[in-house]
Amino acid sequence: MRITVSVNGQSYTRDVEPRLLLVHFLRDELDLTGTHWGCDTSNCGVCTVRLDGVPVKSCTVLAVMADGHEVTTVEGLERDGELDAVQKGFVECHGLQCGFCTPGMLLTARALLDRHPDPDESQIREAISGQLCRCTGYENIVRSIRWAATSDVAESATEAK
Amino acid sequence: MQVPATFEYERADSVPHALELLEHYGPEARVVAGGHSLIPMMKLRLAQPEALIDINGLADELGGIAVEGDELAIGAMVRHTELLESATATDLFPIFRDAERVIADPIVRNRGTVGGSLCQGDPSEDLSAVFAALRATAVIQGPGGTRTVPVREFHQGPYETAVEPNELLIQLRVPVAPGTGSAYEKVERRVGDWPVAAAGAVLRIEGGTIVQAGIGLTAVGAAHFCAPEAEAYLDGRVPDAEAFAQAGRIAAEHCEPHADQRGPADYKRHLAAELTRRALARAAGRI
Ligand SMILES: Cc1cc2nc3c(=O)[nH]c(=O)nc-3n(C[C@H](O)[C@H](O)[C@H](O)COP(=O)(O)OP(=O)(O)OC[C@H]3O[C@@H](n4cnc5c(N)ncnc54)[C@H](O)[C@@H]3O)c2cc1C
Ligand code: FES
Ligand code: FES
Repeated sequence: MRITVSVNGQSYTRDVEPRLLLVHFLRDELDLTGTHWGCDTSNCGVCTVRLDGVPVKSCTVLAVMADGHEVTTVEGLERDGELDAVQKGFVECHGLQCGFCTPGMLLTARALLDRHPDPDESQIREAISGQLCRCTGYENIVRSIRWAATSDVAESATEAK
Repeated sequence: MQVPATFEYERADSVPHALELLEHYGPEARVVAGGHSLIPMMKLRLAQPEALIDINGLADELGGIAVEGDELAIGAMVRHTELLESATATDLFPIFRDAERVIADPIVRNRGTVGGSLCQGDPSEDLSAVFAALRATAVIQGPGGTRTVPVREFHQGPYETAVEPNELLIQLRVPVAPGTGSAYEKVERRVGDWPVAAAGAVLRIEGGTIVQAGIGLTAVGAAHFCAPEAEAYLDGRVPDAEAFAQAGRIAAEHCEPHADQRGPADYKRHLAAELTRRALARAAGRI
């Protein structure tokens, strides 16, 4: 079946089998290996991408279900060579060790901040509760997202001036 | 790597179109809504539909949460997140907020639907207990038109529902009455997990006595996800701690929990009693 999916603002048309999962479409057909693939059972959240802006676990979405829709992966966070605030936050606050869970965490964090620019710790913990990190623990991840929130607020204040 | 068996994929662009496609492909076709029960089952080859009819494009026809007359109507394609965030639904029935906050995790909730949850018919599904407690009605559409089935008759066994292979669940309708309080209590092993046991309660109180009680139970082998004997006991009683504890004991007596990786049967029976008691007390406090 022929599908056209917009990924990080670029349109891709491919012939795929209906049973192809979105995670494999992104990784194997488009070479966007930033989206990781872990438990394969919709539990760990490393495969999280945004589908029309909404975080979803791409191991449990068929690629054909994304036909005509917009997907954002971790590769789409950076803008013109500038890292997104959530990426900077993870750098600043040691939000990762092995980095396996990080792409999914970053996308969920961005989606959270888009809706709630100033989340408190419990809102952050709730937002990432469908994702597992086996290295860093959640303390630094929460701190990284808080850092990004503060940075976003500072940036929009500067822009307003 | 888990890969589903091959299947034909069709996208429905209206409810009549979905019904035509179901008719065309016959009983081996399945509807896919959020896909968060069906796709995992297909990956494990526990389900091997020959055709998938995608109804995700029907959010207008099958979506929406609104009060219509003395009922709250919830479309089958309403996602868990939308129900959780709906002030209309959760102000009227806080049981929705209690339950949705602990169904899976926020990312799964972005995708899974109310209709899919009911149609999956998993014996541990949270929303099945919620809608049973609320005495909701399911609206089902088939080639011959629409029909309604009380949610308490909707589940005919594990993974078996009143929806025929050529039909769609369209909507759930919940009766709205003044003086109603509701609550949901769940015990899970870790955040986002299926329940070890859970209980929902809906109480209508007039002039200091209970005029109607609804009790929903899941994961404990309660027939049709409800506890009619405990409800009958509460009818006409004064809502107090003793009545709620006794209702919990009666509810627990009538379930048939099975031991599994989530716990032994006697523990689940204990939970059925205790969670029913707590849900009733919290529901009463919300009137
Ligand atoms: C990691 C994880 C954790 C979970 N935890 C919980 C939990 O704690 N509690 C809980 O209750 N659930 C839990 N679930 C299940 C989830 O909430 C729902 O069961 C699931 O989302 C089903 O909804 P869906 O829209 O994804 O259905 P689908 O998977 O699309 O469909 C399920 C079944 O219903 C049929 N169907 C769907 N919509 C219709 C319709 N409108 N008419 C007719 N047939 C239809 C399909 O053909 C299929 O047979 C969990 C799921 C996952 C993946
Ligand atoms: S790989 Fe998708 S949730 Fe783990
Ligand atoms: S940084 Fe290694 S799993 Fe999270």
